[in-house]
Amino acid sequence: MTPLPVSIAAAVASFLLLVVVFELIRSRRLRERYALLWLLTGVVLLALSLWRDGLNTIAGWFGVETYPPAILGAVGALFILVVLLHYSTVISRLSDQNTILAQRLALLEQQLREG
Amino acid sequence: MADQLGELKRIAIVPALNEEETVGRVIDEIRAFDHGFDIVVVDDGSTDRTAGVAADRGAHVLRLPFNLGIGGAVQTGYRFAFEHGYDLAVQIDGDGQHDPQQLPAILAPVLAGEADLCVGSRFTGESAYRSSFARRVGIRIFARIVSAVVRQKVTDTTSGFRAVNRKGIALFAADYPHDYPEVEATIMCVKHKLRLREVPVAMRERSGGASSITALRSVYYMTKVLLAIFVGLFRRYASPLEEEH
Repeated sequence: MTPLPVSIAAAVASFLLLVVVFELIRSRRLRERYALLWLLTGVVLLALSLWRDGLNTIAGWFGVETYPPAILGAVGALFILVVLLHYSTVISRLSDQNTILAQRLALLEQQLREG
Repeated sequence: MADQLGELKRIAIVPALNEEETVGRVIDEIRAFDHGFDIVVVDDGSTDRTAGVAADRGAHVLRLPFNLGIGGAVQTGYRFAFEHGYDLAVQIDGDGQHDPQQLPAILAPVLAGEADLCVGSRFTGESAYRSSFARRVGIRIFARIVSAVVRQKVTDTTSGFRAVNRKGIALFAADYPHDYPEVEATIMCVKHKLRLREVPVAMRERSGGASSITALRSVYYMTKVLLAIFVGLFRRYASPLEEEH
């Protein structure tokens, strides 16, 4: 069984994550588009922290008999991987767009100078 | 209508993504309705001849260097309208689903000074509009939510057929939501104390191109927009920013 303090700490941490993400969206420092994955992470971790029987059951599926909270860590790590991968795709797109912008700007400047 | 428009500096903003088959007709129809409208086509990264067709007809063409999505494209049009000092702007999709002959309906409340933003709705009145079941349900859910938030009956939150005055142009030029933007834009207007009006219009079936919204995407957009609406409830909004030229 998951020790109660671990559940409480995990629940508080995921709740804090949700609050911070919410505030970042509200103050327009984070776009909804990029917040969705973080919110999903927070909600899933919060659910797993509060629903202690569920965490045990899931730990059972994976043969984790001794320390169910390890599942929390694993799920957290999985979500972080997904978020990072998502950011890699975002950075790739931004970098492509940046190239296009630089090229357009160079063409425009050339037109201005010689036009 | 023509004398009411009079000397108003007015512009039609036409967002278009791969609409080479329809954008020309849209431009012709706007001119047929009223020759006083300047037309700016915002080409959101088309890979076909959309920009060329529009330029051939003498419209202003803003070619975005890559696809920004409908929100970014439309805002480009409003920025153009703002910086060139237009008093009145109408927004008409380049895919031909909005009929320029319906312009008097959305223009009237703005010209009468009764509204800052007037949206053409498919769902008030008797206009028969057919679309997929899922899309209708989605539109209806948003209509309920938006109506509750703005405390005013709104029936069509996805309509991009609208008219705005200088106040609306200034607001949209400064701030415009990103994807699936009409829902948030409606709320934003009301929060900024702009007067919103909705009038019934008939819309046509899309006559060319393909809708940019697929099933999976609509679920994603719905979630995203719901989140935006929810978070928006906790924001404070500045009064409309108005400058004098």
